[in-house]
Amino acid sequence: MTSVMNDVTAPTVGLDARRMSRAAEGAIAAVSLLLGISIPNLLGNGKWGWILIVAALSYVSLTYVGSRVLEDRRQATDRVMRATLTVAFVLVMLPLLSVTWTVIREGVSRFDGTFLGGTMRLTPEDLLAQREGFAAGGAFHAMVGTLIITGLAAAIAIPLGLLTAVYLVEYGRGRLARAITTMVDVMTGIPSIVAGLFAYALFVIIFGPGSRTGIAGGVALSVLMTPVVVRSAEEMLRLVPNELREASYALGVPKWRTILKVVIPTAVAGILTGITLAVARVIGETAPLLIAAGLAQETNVNPFDGRMTSLPVFTYYQYVQPGIPTEAGVERAWAAALMLVLIVAALFVLARVLANVLKPKGLR
Amino acid sequence: MTLLSPQSASVTAQTASRGRLGDRVFSGLSRAAGINILIILAGVAAFLVVEGRAGIFGDTEEMSGSDNFLQYVGPLVFGTVYASFLALLIAAPLGVAVALFISHYAPKRVSQTLGYLVDLLAAIPSVVFGIWGITVLAPILSGNLYPWLNENLDFLPFFSGTISTSGRSMLTAGIVLAVMILPVITAISREVFLQTPRLHEEASLALGATKWEMIRQAVLPYGRSGVISGCMLGLGRALGETMAVAIILSPSDGYFWSVLTNQNSNTIASNVALKFPEAYGLDVNRLIATGLVLFGITFLVNALARRVANAGFSGADG
Repeated sequence: MTSVMNDVTAPTVGLDARRMSRAAEGAIAAVSLLLGISIPNLLGNGKWGWILIVAALSYVSLTYVGSRVLEDRRQATDRVMRATLTVAFVLVMLPLLSVTWTVIREGVSRFDGTFLGGTMRLTPEDLLAQREGFAAGGAFHAMVGTLIITGLAAAIAIPLGLLTAVYLVEYGRGRLARAITTMVDVMTGIPSIVAGLFAYALFVIIFGPGSRTGIAGGVALSVLMTPVVVRSAEEMLRLVPNELREASYALGVPKWRTILKVVIPTAVAGILTGITLAVARVIGETAPLLIAAGLAQETNVNPFDGRMTSLPVFTYYQYVQPGIPTEAGVERAWAAALMLVLIVAALFVLARVLANVLKPKGLR
Repeated sequence: MTLLSPQSASVTAQTASRGRLGDRVFSGLSRAAGINILIILAGVAAFLVVEGRAGIFGDTEEMSGSDNFLQYVGPLVFGTVYASFLALLIAAPLGVAVALFISHYAPKRVSQTLGYLVDLLAAIPSVVFGIWGITVLAPILSGNLYPWLNENLDFLPFFSGTISTSGRSMLTAGIVLAVMILPVITAISREVFLQTPRLHEEASLALGATKWEMIRQAVLPYGRSGVISGCMLGLGRALGETMAVAIILSPSDGYFWSVLTNQNSNTIASNVALKFPEAYGLDVNRLIATGLVLFGITFLVNALARRVANAGFSGADG
C-alpha cells in the first residue's frame, strides 16, 4: 500500500502528463486481433480457441508496451489491469455462449411433435423405427411430472415462505426471529442432493422402503425453494416505507388488514419476481428428484403413487442410458435440455415483466 | 428515509388492536410459518440421522464392499473437497475480476445488462452444464490443454499419469464447477464493490491515483470481507453440486491427486446420485449417512462465510 501512496505523490504525474490517444488504443486492439488471427494460422493451428488466446495475450501485452512508451509506468499498470479485467469478462461469457449455442444446435433436431406429445413407453414398432433412425419417444410424461412436482413444491414453499417473511418483517422480535433468520440462512446452504435424501428418508417411513413418489420430489424441492422465497420477500417487505403503515394505522385499520391491503400490495412486484426466480431455480434441479421421485416411462399424474419423471431427470437418463441406437437417446436428452433452458429463460423474462408491470407508481 | 423500524412503528397500533380476532389469527399464522422453518430444518437433520445411523454402525458384511464407514466416506470427502477447491481456485480470481469489470470499468449504461448476463449463467440447470461439459468442454481440454500440461508440468503430481482421452477427469469437473459457482462470487463481490463509499473513491482519485490505484486503495479493502464470504458461499455451492460431476467425472475408489487421469476420487454428492437409484438394503442407509457428512461440511463452510460477512469492513485495516 505504501508504495502506491508514494507513487501518488510522484512528480511525474501532472495535468500535462502525456496520454495515449484514442487512435493508439484502437490500433493496439486492431493489431492484437490481427496477430490473434494470423499467428495460430501460420503455425498451422487455426482453431478459434487459439485465436482468442493469442489475441487476448497480445492485447494485454501490447497495451502495456504501448502505454510504457507513450505514457508512464503507473498508467501502464492501470491500462493493463483494465485490459485484463475486460479479457476476464469475455472469457466468462464464452461458456454462456457455448452452452446456449450447443443446446440450441443439438436440441432442435428432436424438438418435434413426437417429442412434445409422446412418452418413453415405446411399442415394438417405435423401437424398430428408432433403430432405423426415425424419431420415436418423447418427454410428455416428464413435462407433466415437472409441472406437478414443481407445482407441489410451490404450493408448499410460497405460503410458508411468504408468511415467514411477514413474520420476520412485521412481527418478529427477539430470539425466535433471530433463530429463524439464522436457520433460513442454513437452509439456503442445504445441498440439493441432501434435500432429496431428506425427502426420501421422510417418505420411506410413510410409504415403505424403496418408495419414490412425486410428492417426495415436491417436498425435496420445497426445502430448496422456501429459503429463496423468504429471503426475497423479506427484502421486498422491508423496502415498503413505514409511512404507509403508519398512515394505515392512523385510519384505524387493524394490523393484519394493513399488512394484507397496504404492505403486501406495495411490495407485490418484487415478491412475485422473487417467487418466479425461485421457481426458475428449482425447476432445473435434478439430483433431489433422481433420489426422491425416480424415473418412470409413462405419464403418472398421481403424486402419491409411483415414480414420476421430471424433465431434468429425463435429460440425465436419456444421456447416460441412451438405449439403441445411442443417438436416439442423446438427441432426446438435448431436446429435453433445450426445453429446460427455454422454460428457465421464459421464467426469467416473466420475472422481468412482472417487476416492470406491477411496480407501483411513485416508488423508486 | 424511515426513522422507525416496522416493528416499533406498529407498537402503538398493536396496543390498540390487541385482542382483535383477525390480528390474533394472522400473527399466529405467520409465527407458525416461521416456527415451521425451524421444524423442517430439525426434520432434515433428524431424518438423515435416523436413516443414516444404520449405514454408519450397521453390519458392513451386508453392504457392498466391506469397508467400515470411515474407510468408505474418506475418499469421497477428499474428492468433494478437492473438486470444490479446484473450482474455487479457478472461479475466485475470475469472479472478482468480472465483478470489478462490471462495477467499475464497464460503461454505466450497459453494466446492469452485463451483470444480468452473468446471472444467467447461474440459471442454467446443472444437468445441462453436465452434458455440455462432457460433449463440448472435455474433448477441447483433453485434446489441447491436458497433453500440454502432462508433457511440460508432469514433475508436479497433479499433472502426472496417463491423461484421460475422454477428458472425464477431475480438472474438467473442477472447471465446470468453477463456471457454475462463478456467478455467486461475482454477484456478491459486485454488490460490495458498488457499496464502496463514494468519498473514499473520490479522495483517492483527487490525490492523483489512477483508476486501478484507486481500486487498490479504496474498493478492494472495503470489499474484502464481502469477497471472502462470496467465495465461501461459492465453495458451499461447489461442495453440494451433483449432476455436473456425476456426468463428467470418471470415478474410482481411493485417493488420487492427479487431475488429468481417468482415476479420480468421487465426490459425496455425485456418488449418491450414481449409486442411489440402484442401491438397496443397508447401502441406502450408508449413502444417506454420507449425505449427512456432506450436510455437515457445507454447514461449516456456510457458517464461516456468514461469520466473515458479518465481521464487515473496519476502517482500521487495509
